[in-house]
Amino acid sequence: MPAPIRLRELIRTIRTARTQAEEREMIQKECAAIRSSFREEDNTYRCRNVAKLLYMHMLGYPAHFGQLECLKLIASQKFTDKRIGYLGAMLLLDERQDVHLLMTNCIKNDLNHSTQYVQGLALCTLGCMGSSEMCRDLAGEVEKLLKTSNSYLRKKAALCAVHVIRKVPELMEMFLPATKNLLNEKNHGVLHTSVVLLTEMCERSPDMLSHFRKLVPQLVRILKNLIMSGYSPEHDVSGISDPFLQVRILRLLRILGRNDDDSSEAMNDILAQVATNTETSKNVGNAILYETVLTIMDIKSESGLRVLAINILGRFLLNNDKNIRYVALTSLLKTVQTDHNAVQRHRSTIVDCLKDLDVSIKRRAMELSFALVNGNNIRGMMKELLYFLDSCEPEFKADCASGIFLAAEKYAPSKRWHIDTIMRVLTTAGSYVRDDAVPNLIQLITNSMEMHAYTVQKLYKAILGDYSQQPLVQVASWCMGEYGDLLISGQCEEEEPVQVTEEEVLDILESVLISNMSASVTRGYALTAIMKLSTRFTCTVNRIKKVVSIYGSSIDVELQQRAVEYNALFKKYDHMRSALLERMPVMEKVTTNGPTEIVQTNGETEPAVLETKPPPSGLQPTSQANDLLDLLGGNDITPVIPTAPTSKPASAGGELLDLLGDLNLTASPAPVPAPQISQPPFLLDGLSSQPLFNDIAAGIPSITAYSKNGLKIEFTFERSNTNPSVTVITIQASNSTELDMTDFVFQAAVPKTFQLQLLSPSSSSIPAFNTGTITQVIKVLNPQKQQLRMRIKLTYNHKGSAMQDLAEVNNFPPQSWQ
Amino acid sequence: MRSAGRPGPGSVPGQVERGGPDGTGPAGGGGAMMRFMLLFSRQGKLRLQKWYLATSDKEKKKMVRELMQVVLARKPKMCSFLEWRDLKVVYKRYASLYFCCAIEGQDNELITLELIHRYVELLDKYFGSVCELDIIFNFEKAYFILDEFLMGGEIQDTSKKSVLKAIEQADLLQEEDESPRSVLEEMGLA
Repeated sequence: MPAPIRLRELIRTIRTARTQAEEREMIQKECAAIRSSFREEDNTYRCRNVAKLLYMHMLGYPAHFGQLECLKLIASQKFTDKRIGYLGAMLLLDERQDVHLLMTNCIKNDLNHSTQYVQGLALCTLGCMGSSEMCRDLAGEVEKLLKTSNSYLRKKAALCAVHVIRKVPELMEMFLPATKNLLNEKNHGVLHTSVVLLTEMCERSPDMLSHFRKLVPQLVRILKNLIMSGYSPEHDVSGISDPFLQVRILRLLRILGRNDDDSSEAMNDILAQVATNTETSKNVGNAILYETVLTIMDIKSESGLRVLAINILGRFLLNNDKNIRYVALTSLLKTVQTDHNAVQRHRSTIVDCLKDLDVSIKRRAMELSFALVNGNNIRGMMKELLYFLDSCEPEFKADCASGIFLAAEKYAPSKRWHIDTIMRVLTTAGSYVRDDAVPNLIQLITNSMEMHAYTVQKLYKAILGDYSQQPLVQVASWCMGEYGDLLISGQCEEEEPVQVTEEEVLDILESVLISNMSASVTRGYALTAIMKLSTRFTCTVNRIKKVVSIYGSSIDVELQQRAVEYNALFKKYDHMRSALLERMPVMEKVTTNGPTEIVQTNGETEPAVLETKPPPSGLQPTSQANDLLDLLGGNDITPVIPTAPTSKPASAGGELLDLLGDLNLTASPAPVPAPQISQPPFLLDGLSSQPLFNDIAAGIPSITAYSKNGLKIEFTFERSNTNPSVTVITIQASNSTELDMTDFVFQAAVPKTFQLQLLSPSSSSIPAFNTGTITQVIKVLNPQKQQLRMRIKLTYNHKGSAMQDLAEVNNFPPQSWQ
Repeated sequence: MRSAGRPGPGSVPGQVERGGPDGTGPAGGGGAMMRFMLLFSRQGKLRLQKWYLATSDKEKKKMVRELMQVVLARKPKMCSFLEWRDLKVVYKRYASLYFCCAIEGQDNELITLELIHRYVELLDKYFGSVCELDIIFNFEKAYFILDEFLMGGEIQDTSKKSVLKAIEQADLLQEEDESPRSVLEEMGLA
């Protein structure tokens, strides 16, 4: 049999193939030759054949029949064979194949080989793809090599140990003794890999972390030497001495300094030194600065250092290099919660980045912009964000629209501004708006009574030319149905009223009904709107009747049902029609699942005086209210004034509410528990997308309002800058007993001068052992700035029996009501 | 994006093997390791692939295909970083080759760029003004150099000289292997 062709020749040949088919043919031919060569157990050419196989594998062809051959190569005495054999093992084998375990013995032998390059091959293979079993078997050998004086092997053993620990964390302990003198090494390779090993150990085990804290001074010294030492050609990169080692040391310092005052203090100086002395003209210097900033922000650094760090990021933002701008935005996003004011200073630069051409930078800038929006800058920021929404790529529009809605809800300076902003979003990015925006918007419009005429006029004009954007059309249809009478009456205080006739309004609604672009849901909106207009319009009732009767035979089942019902309304229940279709009353915002949002009220809230009924509860609310009054027997009790129940708007996500009247009572003094420092509700997580609004706790301490029988209720506070009489209280109920508390209902009553609004709780069950909480939001209106007092009633089921308790909360901190 | 990458100091991370079969989720103790490195041409031909986290062949192929598509679609003026799945990808184009590293959330992108550059410098020194053809015809050497420079995604030695010397010595060992045999073969005594 002729000698198999050489690797390079094969590569050359395959590259001459002009088509995929030709290539495949060549490959198949060669594979067949290789297969027979393998069958002949030919030692001489095994290496060459496996190398060729690896090339073909890279092109995407199957090479599994070479797996065992790799093992044979590894077992060979020749270095060439081992080199290719190990490479083949790393490329073709992985822990999924049982075959890989057969390597273990070979690797063990090679770890003890007399030639260090063979030992190196074994360490590398184990350190790149060793399975848990292999790691368990060979950890001892690696540990031995970690203690050798040969720095070539020592550095590799350190990284191999890192892999072993990643695969089998329990083995970490056994490497501890060997780490004793690792940092005393002069060899940069060993130093670097040792720092990596120490980092891995500290990140995985808090015990290791405390143990290694004592290394901080030594690390600081090493870093200092690197910075101060003269030019070292071997490790120099653009004038900086061993930047890779510097970065790794900075990262280890970060882990050691986190949450530890002493360590943080010990590294303060060196961090300041690195931050100020590092050359910033090239990427490598900026890489070190970046790592330094991350470290400063993560440890307990003094404020001067933190400001220095943020300023570095600010300078990064102005750098011509896109990459630098990108990491700056990423880092600022991580720090915006904790160092909000410092980041605000760079707001204009950040907003400029919205105009960058790079998608990644734009996204970061958008997220950061939303994080920086507050009551003071809302107008300016919104202008920029709306402009961004206009011009950004489609992949951003949904997130941007949601962000704008949230920001507008939180900080809108006026109702008109709020509605204008939402209109703008609907008209520019109407098809990207999320589904829940429609009911939210409808509710917002309902509640802004003085803006109805303005709103419906704007909406009418918006869809006149183009009714393809579904969310916009849905909202517009709903409004025209509700406020059509205002539209045709030509009353509009806010702007120039338009002249619209009944016919024109019906024209547009009918167009929506007929249009192919309209979704089924949209058609439903339009039909209902037309129906509503039958009580608001005078001249066109017959036309409406006709439209409704036509759709009685629509193939769309939903439309058909509606039309049939509306028809019935005309025919049999005409006397009820006007009552049924009358104007919607004010709706309360009800959040459905999950933790309630902390929503701040706008400037002009109508004082809505309601308590919501929590979803699954079957209790009678009115008798509950009476119970509270009875038990407390207060003197200044105003009678309960129930308001009419709201009906669900067409396909909006509201829940039926049960409304209770305001409750008043005289409060008797109760013991005051010590106030606790509040935990911010959103933990900083640099990796997930940041919450799109700020938590302006403004340092109001939170309190434990109630703590008894394992049930603890904490109040955290938030005040609005734009409306100081509103305090938003978020309650968190937790349960430290061993059994869950179910059917939990929280009720509250306040003195006469206050008004109270309770939003839906996140759930009705508090899990045991403090594993979860119920969150609920209370809004308190305190126009006379009186001292806040509250009486609360708690009912729940626990250990099979019904529990009930009343308590007074008197320990409100002054900042929550003054 | 994904859930928290860093365990707090008070919590002990689970002893469960991290990084699922499809290579997702943090695998490094602190969410900081290089998952893989790819080299490919502008035409989408793979020239080198090094995986530092066990992944099935099928999944590897899928990821390579997907990532190549994403990177090749980038315009020249865009920044070298992008988010892909739950990883960060750092890439740089040298002549006709793209060098691509996938790193985890806590890794420093800028130093990864330096790492890529160092690898290119090593190749350049070894091959003498390296070009794509060198890597095509000597792919196994490119791997050898990479494996002397990185292990488990981490740098073994920060000295260029040291890495190149080790490769040189290993090459010598290989030659010693081969030369006696070829002489014997010539004499017909193999």
